[in-house]
Amino acid sequence: MAMSLTRGRPLMRTSYAQDMGLLNTRGKRAGVGVILVLAVLLPFLATDGLLVVFATGLAACIGAIGLNLVTGYAGQVSLGHAFFLGIGAYTAAVISGDPEGRTLGLGISLLPVWLLGAGVVAAAVGLVVSPLAVRLRGLYLAVVTIGLVFLGEHIFKEWDTVTGGPGVGRPSARPRLFGFDLAADGAMLTREQKLYLLMLVLVVVFAIAARNIARSDVGRAFAAIRDRDVAAAVVGVNLTRHKAIAFTVSSFYAGCAGALVYTVTGFVEPGSFSLLLSVQYVAMILIGGVATISGSIMGALFVSSLNTASRELAAGLPFIGAVTGGGALNVFQLEGILYGLLIIGFLIFEPRGLYGIWLRARTYWTSWPFTY
Amino acid sequence: MARLIQGIVVGLGNGAIYALLALAFVTIYKSTRVLNFALPALMVAGGVTVSYLAAGAGMGYVAAVGVAVVSTALLAVVLEWCFVRPMRGAPVFIVAIITLGIDIVLRVVVNRFIGATARQVGDPWGIDAVMVLGTPVQERYLWFPLIALVIVVALLAFFTYTRAGLAMRATSFDQEAAQAQGISVRMVFTLSWAIAGALVAVAGALIGTGSGINQTTWVAALKALPAIILGGLESIGGAIIGGLVVGLVEALVGTYQADYAPWLGNNFAVVSPYVIMLLVLLVRPYGLFGTPDIERV
Repeated sequence: MAMSLTRGRPLMRTSYAQDMGLLNTRGKRAGVGVILVLAVLLPFLATDGLLVVFATGLAACIGAIGLNLVTGYAGQVSLGHAFFLGIGAYTAAVISGDPEGRTLGLGISLLPVWLLGAGVVAAAVGLVVSPLAVRLRGLYLAVVTIGLVFLGEHIFKEWDTVTGGPGVGRPSARPRLFGFDLAADGAMLTREQKLYLLMLVLVVVFAIAARNIARSDVGRAFAAIRDRDVAAAVVGVNLTRHKAIAFTVSSFYAGCAGALVYTVTGFVEPGSFSLLLSVQYVAMILIGGVATISGSIMGALFVSSLNTASRELAAGLPFIGAVTGGGALNVFQLEGILYGLLIIGFLIFEPRGLYGIWLRARTYWTSWPFTY
Repeated sequence: MARLIQGIVVGLGNGAIYALLALAFVTIYKSTRVLNFALPALMVAGGVTVSYLAAGAGMGYVAAVGVAVVSTALLAVVLEWCFVRPMRGAPVFIVAIITLGIDIVLRVVVNRFIGATARQVGDPWGIDAVMVLGTPVQERYLWFPLIALVIVVALLAFFTYTRAGLAMRATSFDQEAAQAQGISVRMVFTLSWAIAGALVAVAGALIGTGSGINQTTWVAALKALPAIILGGLESIGGAIIGGLVVGLVEALVGTYQADYAPWLGNNFAVVSPYVIMLLVLLVRPYGLFGTPDIERV
């Protein structure tokens, strides 16, 4: 009945549930289906080098989704994401690490165990920190979360029985599932193909979960707090509880992302969890689209591929030097400049990010030949 | 005793620099309600200018600082025109993140000028030491608070006695009312960026004394953040006291932590201001001298 009513009238909604539905138009169903099929086929078409970039990007998607929940949906500006990523990376590394090794390890290399462990420990720390978010607003909170990053960096550098110490680092978590080692070449699939497919499955799971949080009562409470916290409190939203939920869930996502990103590289160095990493994640959600899950994914893939893109760009441009000196700029400097300019450019010209560009393109074609 | 005196002198000296940086943050925050995360890069830009003019081209240190102050203020104004002015009316978080973007780009450019090793700024103090209460301390640490004091007095006089200063105070009090009185709020925004640029240029010239300016010097500018949070984002007096407290805490923790709490790890002094900041915020969410937001529904 409902289907026949909406047929031919794509924006017709006869119930709230339809409006909130996950894939509520034929276009979305087809689009998501095509993207998923392409994503599954990709590892059999692309080179292993490219798959590493994509696998890292997909793992970063989970972190970006988490940051978008707290900053995009709930409006609590956090520049402390690097801290939670670090907690996740080290928790996973410790749980799955070699008990006989140089650094602390428990030797439980089953993937679900260390992934959940990383998420839960990061979430617990997020819960402990959340009272600050309850008391502080806006830029005060942003500055305090910067403080967290500096403290975290110090702890990671000094606690060398866990982290291996600065400049040395330690092996990251090793993914094993049902007796298969996903981080080694197998008979059927290479290491890169397996990691890519693992990340793809996890991103789909985490993205659907986040989308469901966003469209539930908790998600609506987040949006109410973001838009005007006093008004939200007046209509009965429990500010303390929902800010704590936002921080905890976001930290859980960050912890899982931290654990996964470094499984791809196979190695964690304590210096990586700096303010720059937080800024990269903020850039992901701003470039992708604030308060959208698909935007977080687009942004994370885009920002993670910047490194490779600037390397390719450097090869094509004669005045860009290699990593060691020479030329007007080297690759890392080019990458830094690209980050900065992309953040500035998107915020000034397209505040809705890549998602906004997609919306404009979609509107253009759905309303063609009219302009709106 | 000697270590205590040295710790206090070094702490107050560095604290004076942090106070200047904190003042720069507060000046911009008061007029535009935005935290300017581009200030670390501007500070290093100022320091590097001094380094090229004084240590490189052989200009006098004071003259070089003068040139750096003017050029950094101009740079800040240009940045404000290009990137911040189009965003007037946007949420403060968005503008703050834009300044972060500016900081990243500007730092890459400035790092090209610094190079791989530290650059000396050609200051007149070197490592000369004088005796304070029978303890040798580096002379420069005694100069920093004096220089900061002169600048603060001049700045307060500017805010209190000039028309432009009055306009800035009016804008910070109520932007719309100020506009209705014929104050050009745009001018005030630009002026606040210029003042902040000048302040951080001086801070950069001072922070580069001793071991010079290298590619990680910018991190020191972020120590102004605990200072302004301690003092409250919109309090000038708070910024100065916060800066001095941060400097003292850092120096004293650096002096004694290795003896009394070695388990906190090496270089804990560098992050100790952030611990103080977190503790203060748990007790007083608007800092020691900040004004609490009063919510009307």
